[in-house]
Amino acid sequence: MSAATTAPARRRLSPSSLARWETLLVLLLAALVITGARMSDVFISSRNFANLASSVMEVAIMALPMTLIIITGDIDLSVESMVGLSGAILGTLMVAGLPLPIAMVVVLVVGALGGLMNGWLVTRGGLPALVVTLGTLALFRGLANVLLGPTVISVWPDWFTEFGFGTIGGSPIPYTLVVFAVLAAVYWAITHGTWLGRQVFAIGKNKETSRYSGVPVSRVRTWLFILSGMVAALAGILLAARFSSVRNDNGTGLTLTVVTVVLLGGVDINGGKGSIPGVVLAVFVLAVLQNVLRLVGVSSEFQGIAVGLLLVFSVIVPQLARQANAAVIRARGGRRPPAGPVPTGEVNAQS
Amino acid sequence: MAASATPKAAGPSLVGRVTRTLGRSRELTLIALMIVMAGLVTAGAPQFLSPGNLGQVTAMAAIIAIVAAGEAMVVMTKNIDMSLESTIGLVAFLVGVLLRGSLPVPAAWAVGIGVGLLLGMVNGAVITAFRIPAIVVTLGTLSIFRGIVFIFAGGKQVDVADLPPGYTDLATDTILGIPLFVIVAAVIVTAVALMLWKTRFGRQIYAVGSNAEAAAILGIHSRTVTFAVFALAGMLGGVAGVMWGIYFGTIYATSASGVVLQIVAAVVVGGVSISGGTGTVVGAALGALFLALINNALLVLQMPQELLQAIYGAVILIAVSADAFLSRRHQVVAREVRA
Amino acid sequence: MNGSIRRLAVGLAVVAVVAAACGSSTATTAPTTAASQAASQAASQGATGGTTAVMIPKQINNPYFDVAFKGAQKAATDLGGTVTQVGPSTADATQQVPFIQTATTQKAGAIIISADDATAVAPALKDAMTAGVKVVGFDSSPAVGAYNVFVNQADTAGIGKGLADMACDIAPSCTGEIAVLSASQSATNQNAWIEAMKTTLKDPKYSKLVLDGVVYGNDDPQVSTTQAQGLLSAHPNLKVIIAPTTVGIVAAAKVVRDLKKTGSVFVTGLGTPKGMQDYVKGGESPEFALWNVTDLGYLAFAVANQLAAGTIKGTEGETFTVKGINSDKPYTIGKDSVVVLGPPFVFNKDNIDQYVASFGF
Repeated sequence: MSAATTAPARRRLSPSSLARWETLLVLLLAALVITGARMSDVFISSRNFANLASSVMEVAIMALPMTLIIITGDIDLSVESMVGLSGAILGTLMVAGLPLPIAMVVVLVVGALGGLMNGWLVTRGGLPALVVTLGTLALFRGLANVLLGPTVISVWPDWFTEFGFGTIGGSPIPYTLVVFAVLAAVYWAITHGTWLGRQVFAIGKNKETSRYSGVPVSRVRTWLFILSGMVAALAGILLAARFSSVRNDNGTGLTLTVVTVVLLGGVDINGGKGSIPGVVLAVFVLAVLQNVLRLVGVSSEFQGIAVGLLLVFSVIVPQLARQANAAVIRARGGRRPPAGPVPTGEVNAQS
Repeated sequence: MAASATPKAAGPSLVGRVTRTLGRSRELTLIALMIVMAGLVTAGAPQFLSPGNLGQVTAMAAIIAIVAAGEAMVVMTKNIDMSLESTIGLVAFLVGVLLRGSLPVPAAWAVGIGVGLLLGMVNGAVITAFRIPAIVVTLGTLSIFRGIVFIFAGGKQVDVADLPPGYTDLATDTILGIPLFVIVAAVIVTAVALMLWKTRFGRQIYAVGSNAEAAAILGIHSRTVTFAVFALAGMLGGVAGVMWGIYFGTIYATSASGVVLQIVAAVVVGGVSISGGTGTVVGAALGALFLALINNALLVLQMPQELLQAIYGAVILIAVSADAFLSRRHQVVAREVRA
Repeated sequence: MNGSIRRLAVGLAVVAVVAAACGSSTATTAPTTAASQAASQAASQGATGGTTAVMIPKQINNPYFDVAFKGAQKAATDLGGTVTQVGPSTADATQQVPFIQTATTQKAGAIIISADDATAVAPALKDAMTAGVKVVGFDSSPAVGAYNVFVNQADTAGIGKGLADMACDIAPSCTGEIAVLSASQSATNQNAWIEAMKTTLKDPKYSKLVLDGVVYGNDDPQVSTTQAQGLLSAHPNLKVIIAPTTVGIVAAAKVVRDLKKTGSVFVTGLGTPKGMQDYVKGGESPEFALWNVTDLGYLAFAVANQLAAGTIKGTEGETFTVKGINSDKPYTIGKDSVVVLGPPFVFNKDNIDQYVASFGF
């Protein structure tokens, strides 16, 4: 299995190379900020910061559980549909007369249940996460369609709309940024500071070894999917608040952005490697990049290409670095580097 | 094989034997299901089986079947190609523009298929040269290729008035009563299936997908095989793009957006396992037909449109679960045989 | 160490690429003026030249909106001012909002917008108006209160009646089953037009037309095609398909031709002249309609200019004139600050070639 053959090389590179990836992200972010300030005199302004921050908060919070899921070697493609479904349920319940805060709790429970479905199919059913979540991507969206149909729910309490769209006092900090900050801090602490976090990495590096070492692999993986579902539901709430509007196609297209941000943050698609700070940096790199492109007037087609290129480069660069490092070791007369990982698209290392 | 070592299923009941045969062959299961579905639907809506309706359904299914064959090969090598919908869109638009510019039809088709091949080679090159997981690369090229279509379109669309007279009739022409598109799809899928079954290259594809290290030991260059498979998928995507242009006539910069779900669904439902190494292109083609028929059945029976997506998702989940369930039964049985 | 120097080099290369990408101006159909230019122009707008307008269509690179943009550009040349076109690559309201916010941040003089979703864009538009940006809706209206003036391409009741009349014209003896193939289920425009059409159909004149139902093609060619196929399968006696969407009408006409029902099933609705040219001549669609999209863009920009200059405020009852449009007759702002462009055009095989030439799309 690829993990076994490259484990020695990876262990030697892992912690320090991640730190270097985050350095790269900081450099990139700085370069983008400088470029933005140079090209547009409104870039550095509190209004612009509020705009660019609030535009990515849904993606940002979903990137956190997605990071852990990808680290364990799985993936969750269904998040964008859970955003749509949660918005649909939220709106339907509100229109039916349920107080909004209670409706929000119900929605989070539904998100957890959706995640549980994903988790069970992946762990108990032993099915690849890619295909299961492809199926639930369609299923959840379908449920949103059935629930809402042609209706657009557009009347919401003022406090809800203010929460989604407004900033704290006169400052440039959107309320939703606070939500993200809290979640990010929690994920940071758990992932890098607790035993649970280490279990997640262990599962990603080698499922079997982890299982034999007593890690409750299935339970951890299932819980990660449950969390992903809940956070996606929360993102659905934020989206509804920001746009005061719920339709059956809310959230379409978000999955790709979330996966892009996670990979840009240095998380290895094969599992076992990644960091929350990296992903947080990547969120802002993406937000600033899109903001600068818009300010400069780059048309949308190029924006789409830019994000696609960013995704590809974010995996090419570490690979190039790895190959460069291996070449250096070889040149120094060190032992022959192990064969590189066979190109696979498999996200769920099942063997 | 499993046949002699399943004491529980050794009973002579017809039902038992039928389900066992079906269980071993996804293709037969799909055909059986389609026959049953056709029977049920026609009972409620006889026009389901009318030549006009079937012609329309099979034309679209034929296009998906061709590109699904390419995707199936990619999945067999344990990869995935998420960018094929953009390839289809780009080729369809390009061919339309070339025809608008009075390029002869065969030349336009050749350019279109060539571009598909080129795009597939780009995917293959990036994946094998940099050894990056295919899902990441093809998610990236999904956006990049679509961006190229937008730029190339420059705010215009291809209209039927731009095309040679009678061009779109090819989509409904029949030979001896069988739609031309179906014949083309059948020929292509058969050719690919034969290649997979009979040639060494075909066996290498299965080998790389089921156990890459063993394949490497046997001297199979997995990178070459992977590159070739993506190139082939791109080329088949180009063919599908040409047919897409013939079928729809009017092509927008956004044409074929969202098709990747249908392609992957067809492949999965067709029995090609995401873990690589098993499945057939015939299965993928039948999967495409099966899903197209479900879609049409819902419409003919006037069921609420909202259900469509939900049913798609459910069908994918059922198909994949069936796969896992069956492969586990085979493992149990195989263990019994060895024991 | 060698490794970190290599990494630094790679990092700087990435930075260079990004800086280069940001620095290059991209040539597309929309002239991309640098943001700083736009900002400084906005600062000096007012009595001298026209306003700096930012046009945000439902979707960029859409031929319909490109033609409207050309109309707006012509207005800018004639009346003074500038207009740029920005927008999302998919017709998604959540992607429109960042463009609205950017225009606000850059202190544009006016935003001219066709909303993907009436309410989703409202918070951002209201914010823009508070910041002093004039907001002109066109084609698809933002929510009431989130714009200064909405330029409607045609009177909603008028379109509804027009759809019913065309169906009556092409159905033999105004008799038979009809069905509607619409855009997305939540499309404000289409839903309003269909409601107006249903009201019109209650009149005894249309009593022999039976509405079988409404299906939705989501403005997706593939979905529209399968929905049209479904309509014909489910209703074998269908006589007319009404598709008040340019994507849907083309798909319906194609399906009628493919199923060889030309002459027994007819298609009408709203379509682009060039898109439907072949189907008009082929007989699948003897009649369909659209408004002058170039004029729509022209009028929208003219209104933006006048709002920015203060000659109109957008209140009901105000009148204004735009030379070259509406035969120089004055417009009156109606309820909810709506201005109607004028009557739509009905295309048929006698005038289709001429309109393809003059409309250009």
